[in-house]
Amino acid sequence: MDFNLSEEQVMFRDLFRDFAEKEVAKVAEHTDKAEAPPLEVLQKAAAQGFLGATFPEAHGGAAMDQFTYGLLLTALARQCASTAVTVALHTSLVGMTILEAGTEAQRAEYLPRLAGGELGAFALTEPEAGSDTRQLQTRAVLAQGGFHFDGVKTWVGNGGPAGLFLVFAATDPARRQDGISAFLVDAAAPWLVVGHREPTLGLRGLDVRTLYLEGGPLPEAARLGPLNGGWALAEQAQARFKLALAAISLGVAESALDLGVRFAIERKQFGTAIAQKGALQAYFADATTEIEALRHLTYYAAWLADQGQPFAAAANRAKLLGARIAKETANRMLQVHGGYGFSDEYAISRVYRDSRALRILGGTDEFVRFLIAQDVLQDAGVAIQP
Amino acid sequence: MDFTFSPHHIALRRMLREFCEEELRPRAKRLDQTGQPDREVLRQMGELGLFGVPFSQKYGGMGAGETGYCILMEELNRVCPSTATIIGAHIGIGAMSLYLDGSEALKQKYLPAICAGRHIAAFGLTEPNAGSDAAGIQLRAVPEGDSYYLDGQKMWITNGPIADVVMVLAVTDPALGARGGATVFAVETKWDGFSVGKPEKKMGLHGSPTSLLNFDGVRVPKENVVGQLGLGFVTFMKTLDIGRVSLGAATLGGAQAALETALRWVKVRSQFGRAIAQLQSIQFMLADMATDVEALRSLVYRTAWLVDNGQPFIKEAGMCKLLGSEIASRCIDRALQIHGALGLSRDFHLERGWRDARIAEIFEGTNEIQRIVIASELLQEVGVRIRP
Repeated sequence: MDFNLSEEQVMFRDLFRDFAEKEVAKVAEHTDKAEAPPLEVLQKAAAQGFLGATFPEAHGGAAMDQFTYGLLLTALARQCASTAVTVALHTSLVGMTILEAGTEAQRAEYLPRLAGGELGAFALTEPEAGSDTRQLQTRAVLAQGGFHFDGVKTWVGNGGPAGLFLVFAATDPARRQDGISAFLVDAAAPWLVVGHREPTLGLRGLDVRTLYLEGGPLPEAARLGPLNGGWALAEQAQARFKLALAAISLGVAESALDLGVRFAIERKQFGTAIAQKGALQAYFADATTEIEALRHLTYYAAWLADQGQPFAAAANRAKLLGARIAKETANRMLQVHGGYGFSDEYAISRVYRDSRALRILGGTDEFVRFLIAQDVLQDAGVAIQP
Repeated sequence: MDFTFSPHHIALRRMLREFCEEELRPRAKRLDQTGQPDREVLRQMGELGLFGVPFSQKYGGMGAGETGYCILMEELNRVCPSTATIIGAHIGIGAMSLYLDGSEALKQKYLPAICAGRHIAAFGLTEPNAGSDAAGIQLRAVPEGDSYYLDGQKMWITNGPIADVVMVLAVTDPALGARGGATVFAVETKWDGFSVGKPEKKMGLHGSPTSLLNFDGVRVPKENVVGQLGLGFVTFMKTLDIGRVSLGAATLGGAQAALETALRWVKVRSQFGRAIAQLQSIQFMLADMATDVEALRSLVYRTAWLVDNGQPFIKEAGMCKLLGSEIASRCIDRALQIHGALGLSRDFHLERGWRDARIAEIFEGTNEIQRIVIASELLQEVGVRIRP
């Protein structure tokens, strides 16, 4: 066993924290109020290699392992959850899928663009396909000149600013999940219409859109992975995204605890700083305990991924736990703030709103519990259905 | 990072799993019912070297470190919490205080017998008026010639009725009290003036005897002072700090056992025309249990690694104990719920597990004390000092 971060990981972690504290912290409040991603900061992140974190250097990336990339997301989320999720969607769902499933030509074309700051968006969810994405309504039909599309995608994060969309559509609807394919669509495609900006409770800096796909053609060369092989790509992408969300939850929980502790040191009631009150100390103790457990479960899942071992089971657990701990820590630390916690003038209210999304985004708690139960019951020889 | 266990630790776990399944599991129910430790099984454990797992081979230990000790506690508690508690009091706090701060001569005097299981050790801190506020101890040690004479009582002492040697914290300088005026003594239970109260009747851990200890002018030679005169409280607090890691490991074993038991049952129990494994409310309980167990495992073995690598671990040790005891209680409660009425039956082992688990939220520092320890360490990092 060795729980030390490598020298390189420590160096990167310090670099990420430095960037997040210097660049991201100051735009976090504005990002939330303006309900728009901090595009200038994202360009600076791209210049640092952070938007191609896990891509090979040959494709403009920084060649980080999953573990180090997780450290990046935690550092970003500690300052601004919206920014971290923007980067995670872009990297874990879009970029990494191209890296894993793309042809050499596709990698060479798209990865440098993404690493250079053009945002990626992942279009899987539909009005009738939330947790259950087995039967997509969006169709892609091969006709003259390539694929022609018809359908609606909802909850597409990065939808507004994205330059590239990874779109999933049914190419053989009768075969349900075995008839889904993945496509790379430029935002410039005239038949792709970016629609309604979804107003949200939290993660307001994440640009969430409805997407209308009305026509074509998309050249066959823009299909990602095998025809009718899209389902597996979506599953792998979502497993990676759960790992990313665990790292983000860790950052959100850390930021909430940090805000709570700082407030409690400054705030005086009954003649002492409220940090001296046993009731509040218990909140801090529980929060930091849960954060430490989450940290090492997240590290373990990322380490498995980097070892080339199956990591989805650990990532699911870390995602479920992370969502609960981020939400619970933010809730407790809002309580520590008393009335100030309810004020938009204090960052904890934003962190609290942001934390709520983590129990839904990337798989609802309920669906993730199903996946975990499926895993433990499979080990016990029982197959279950959602 | 490397989350892989060493081959040595993997082999230790394999040996323990086999021993626990073959020797311990068949006896666990009887231990609960009779309230008597099983001397035969303790003898076997001594032969396997299990009484000295973390200690250096120089003293007859196995040399498997804190990580090896956590594996031991996890595996024992997975099958028999009473036996795990005997070992925990023996190694984790009893012998540990001697191992941490004892003189070389005193370690040579007692540790070989302790590691071989010929001497059972205990840890004497708690008194009728000193529970969470351990600094309130009153047991007195008065010097006379080349000895000290001990008078007073210790309470809730695990292994009290079976111990051969007890590490006892006594006040040597009443003016200073626990902080600067308390000293640890290694006391042999065969010495005059030492007597044991009746075994306590407890809700759980029936196979792990607990009792009051009476010290009525017990003469202890000066060479049996453990560590420095007056600094015994520090020795005992250090001991408790490290003990919390392995206690966390024990709770991990308890939680793991609950999950395993539940998984076996949901396959075979049928309601509404199908195995209850197919019911989503059951699946969700299993998912939460599996998630908690995995998180606890990561925390415990990382903390053990901190100990083995000489890094600060006090905050993390408190976390292992706090989180572990709550996770174990929750997992066992859920497993019981999944079993319905069978969970309450004394013919089945879950109700025993449920009773056995509760104490982990109380002993070796209540969870309220753990929260103070953790908050104190956390706030110290940002420059704030707190008092309980």
